[in-house]
Amino acid sequence: MIAHAIFFYIFSIIAVVSAVMVTVSKNTVHSVFFLILDFISISCLFIMIGAEFLGMIMLIVYVGAVAVLFLFVVMMLNVAQQKNQWFISKENSNHIPIGLLISVIIFFELIIVIGGWKYKPDLFDQLNLSIVNDASNTHSLGMVLYTDYIHIFQISGMILLIAMIGAIVLTFRQREGVKKQSYLKQISRERAEGVEVVEVASNRGVKIDD
Amino acid sequence: MGYLDLIFQETYKILFLLVPVLVSVAMIVWLDRRVWAFVQKRQGPNVVGPFGLLQSLADALKYIFKEIIIPASSNKIIFILAPIITMTLALIAWAVIPFGVDQVLADINVGILYIFAVSSLGVYGIIMGGWASNSKYPFLGSIRSAAQMVSYEVSIGIIIINVLLCVGSLNLNDIVLAQKDMWFVIPLFPMFVIFFISALAETNRPPFDLPEAEAELVAGYQTEYSGMMYAMFWLGEYANILLMCALGSILFLGGWLSPIELYPFNLIPGAFWLIFKILFLFILFALVKAIVPRYRYDQLMRLGWKIFLPLSLTYVVLTASYLFYFNLLPTN
Repeated sequence: MIAHAIFFYIFSIIAVVSAVMVTVSKNTVHSVFFLILDFISISCLFIMIGAEFLGMIMLIVYVGAVAVLFLFVVMMLNVAQQKNQWFISKENSNHIPIGLLISVIIFFELIIVIGGWKYKPDLFDQLNLSIVNDASNTHSLGMVLYTDYIHIFQISGMILLIAMIGAIVLTFRQREGVKKQSYLKQISRERAEGVEVVEVASNRGVKIDD
Repeated sequence: MGYLDLIFQETYKILFLLVPVLVSVAMIVWLDRRVWAFVQKRQGPNVVGPFGLLQSLADALKYIFKEIIIPASSNKIIFILAPIITMTLALIAWAVIPFGVDQVLADINVGILYIFAVSSLGVYGIIMGGWASNSKYPFLGSIRSAAQMVSYEVSIGIIIINVLLCVGSLNLNDIVLAQKDMWFVIPLFPMFVIFFISALAETNRPPFDLPEAEAELVAGYQTEYSGMMYAMFWLGEYANILLMCALGSILFLGGWLSPIELYPFNLIPGAFWLIFKILFLFILFALVKAIVPRYRYDQLMRLGWKIFLPLSLTYVVLTASYLFYFNLLPTN
């Protein structure tokens, strides 16, 4: 049990410190790396409470896909050079009050959620979930997700799909003068079309129509 | 005392797994070069030791004694971290590979997800190395490889779903045991082919070695690395290739099961069969390297997103329908 506690504190300290470092560090790319460290330590915490499926999905989805896109954006836009003005700067600090406002709102929302859970603990008993205790984590999650909550699950999938299509539609531009390579055309090219053996008369050369 | 014993025992087990993996990484580098040479009618490394077997050790010794050069304008911490991460991630995934019924370091419930997660983290070593070098070619190479690895992970994930539909468990030992009657390579043969090609792309092997395409990018993300740090990238890469071969043989070729359940074959331990299958897949990898020319980048992306993804998704629907219709869905 002691080893469990030690690991819990190690991972949670890493998670909290790296979450602070995300906002504090001056280099934006470093911020993203700290975010990744945060994700990894949180997935370790998930595994420690026995939610191994959630932990692995956290690693695959957030670290393996989402954070890679973050890194891409941050590296490509070259925002690394921008100075991160965190509480220091006097001018141009409009973002701090707005950020504070949003974080206060999120804080109170969390209090309401956790308070509601404390206030009405029998809420979970009323849900009447068909969780099998001896089954594995993945198994029981699937039993609930694909039976009782199938409609909500599919609706959330549709929302993600719509968001993806929307992003593609918003950023898609048909530009003029862009050459496209047709795959089929390239493959179906025959030797006879590209190569021709020409009899070249001496001292006269040959005319190739282009 | 109990804790200390446990730690010693686990360390012993880990060393017993890691040392053979590292040695075999060195050996398969030799095998790779030999196969490649034989296809091209050359001899390959045949001077150091019997049949040139010690060539990799000589190479490693050379790398160790070379100077490590860190570029002045690089981001030093991340520059040093990148090869370490590549190497570590390539090695920790071996913890869940089963070599027999009980011969597995960590028999966890979500083994296949663990391997998938670790292999999806592998892209960070490359991105970090490319970015921290603060140079054009490494950066371009790392961006290419990140896009490539993320794309092919999608199709590998869906191929794994195909297998999992037939198994009904995420545990690697269960996956092996489910193939007792028939290896999954027979009903899922198209998926095996797509898995093999995706694994080539995932491990940046030729014909998909665009991140280090030497004709265009010098050596991609490895350009600025030297000495032992370069060797660590290289070891990590080959450990990853071995891991992908192991995953392929567990998912499709029956893992440690023997091909024939007859008397003389039963006596051979499962670990031997697994190693045999890994070697078979690796020789295929090496042959592909020697035979196929490099893909163009847009062709690579097209292959991943427009061909492999729809094909494997269709196969998921087919497999699920077949299993459902004939009432073959695994229950546990």
